[in-house]
Amino acid sequence: MIAFTDVSVEKNGVAILGGITVHLKERRVGIIGRNGSGKSTFARLFNGIEKPTSGRVALDAPHEREALRRHVGFVFQNPDNQIVYPIVSEDLAFGLKNLKLSARETQARIEAVLERFDLTHLRDRFTHQLSGGEKQMIALAGVLVMRPRMIVLDEPTTLLDLWNKRKFMTAIDALDEHVVLVSHDLDLLADFDRVLHIEDGTIVADGDPATVVAGYVASARC
Amino acid sequence: MLTDLYVFADSPVHRARPVVKIAALVVLCTSLFVFEGWIAVTVAGVLVFAGFALAGLGPRHAIVSLRPALWILAAIFAVQLYMTDVVFAGFIVARFVVLILAAALVTLTTRTSEFVDGILSALRFAPSWVPKAQIALAVSLFLRFVPLVRTALDDVREAQRARGLDRNLKAILVPLVVRILKTADEVSQAIYARSFD
Ligand SMILES: Nc1ncnc2c1ncn2[C@@H]1O[C@H](COP(=O)(O)OP(=O)(O)O)[C@@H](O)[C@H]1O
Ligand SMILES: [Mg+2]
Repeated sequence: MIAFTDVSVEKNGVAILGGITVHLKERRVGIIGRNGSGKSTFARLFNGIEKPTSGRVALDAPHEREALRRHVGFVFQNPDNQIVYPIVSEDLAFGLKNLKLSARETQARIEAVLERFDLTHLRDRFTHQLSGGEKQMIALAGVLVMRPRMIVLDEPTTLLDLWNKRKFMTAIDALDEHVVLVSHDLDLLADFDRVLHIEDGTIVADGDPATVVAGYVASARC
Repeated sequence: MLTDLYVFADSPVHRARPVVKIAALVVLCTSLFVFEGWIAVTVAGVLVFAGFALAGLGPRHAIVSLRPALWILAAIFAVQLYMTDVVFAGFIVARFVVLILAAALVTLTTRTSEFVDGILSALRFAPSWVPKAQIALAVSLFLRFVPLVRTALDDVREAQRARGLDRNLKAILVPLVVRILKTADEVSQAIYARSFD
């Protein structure tokens, strides 16, 4: 699906990611690691918010030459920073404007994504008046309405309570799209296909969730 | 801009094209200063009142729009009263009230996205070297940042009050600026991630 070839990221002369080479084909990929290890920087490479200082990030053919941004959606930790417009329906329309769809097609896509997550009742609400859980669902809907092939989520459940976390993850589990999830909630990754453990800007462990998470937990003992 | 004060309704004012509303607002504001005098203010006042009625907006919406400006209006009134007389002070304040309500009439009946689209369609006839998409993006960014700064200020003030520092300008400004820069960074990244050309 997506391949990283010897990717390094440097910022202000500081090496943040060093020589990452990995090919991700699995539908569910988790990313774990301590604060400041480089998870967000890595995640932002997936859709080009972050550009590699050297190396290459590319989707598999036949989409290889198309923009990463077109095919990879990104959900941030804080939906307040992701939601642009004050009304739910106009926020969902935001990204679609670039696709130059007809007004009817835009409307149909918005209705479809709202229905898919049982959010139709929020269509005409002010985004800043929604609860944290509702905001994160709208942020997710705003990304999925673009119909990406892959969606990357950077600690999307950190600000949610237990109930909203569960609801959000149920929605994620049901997605057909490829999912890359950065999370400190290790139990969310239990049935993932593959988990990467990042430390000091490199992948230190890569494999099935049980093995990688166990190694990570062991490394945190002091 | 009072971006989160849109009032849902389906009135002729809501349906009017944003470009038309913005143009009408500009004409009205200019006229108020060109034709100085009570007659112009009265005519404009009646027009704005009619607009409110047509849009189905009530006195409550007028009050909400005027409230943030109340102290400034009071100060203007006091200064004019001191320098001139009560009639002229009343005129100046009445003109401001009409201006604010006229602007409110546009923001209360126009969605942010329509506003941005309005600017885009007004730019349609601009020469090709004008970066239209970028201007529209800058405007939506600006509109997005107003409520953002407001919530940031509220949060920082509250946090500093808990420490007894809410009267210390530096204790408010430093975290406010840091937070706005940090959020601004992420909001621009999100806008970049959600749009492409
Ligand atoms: N602009 C920057 N300049 C220098 N260092 C940075 C910059 N941005 C992030 N970093 C550093 O890069 C490291 C990785 O950051 P990040 O990818 O956000 O980690 P994580 O998401 O795992 O917490 C951190 O140590 C952080 O301090
Ligand atoms: Mg992070």
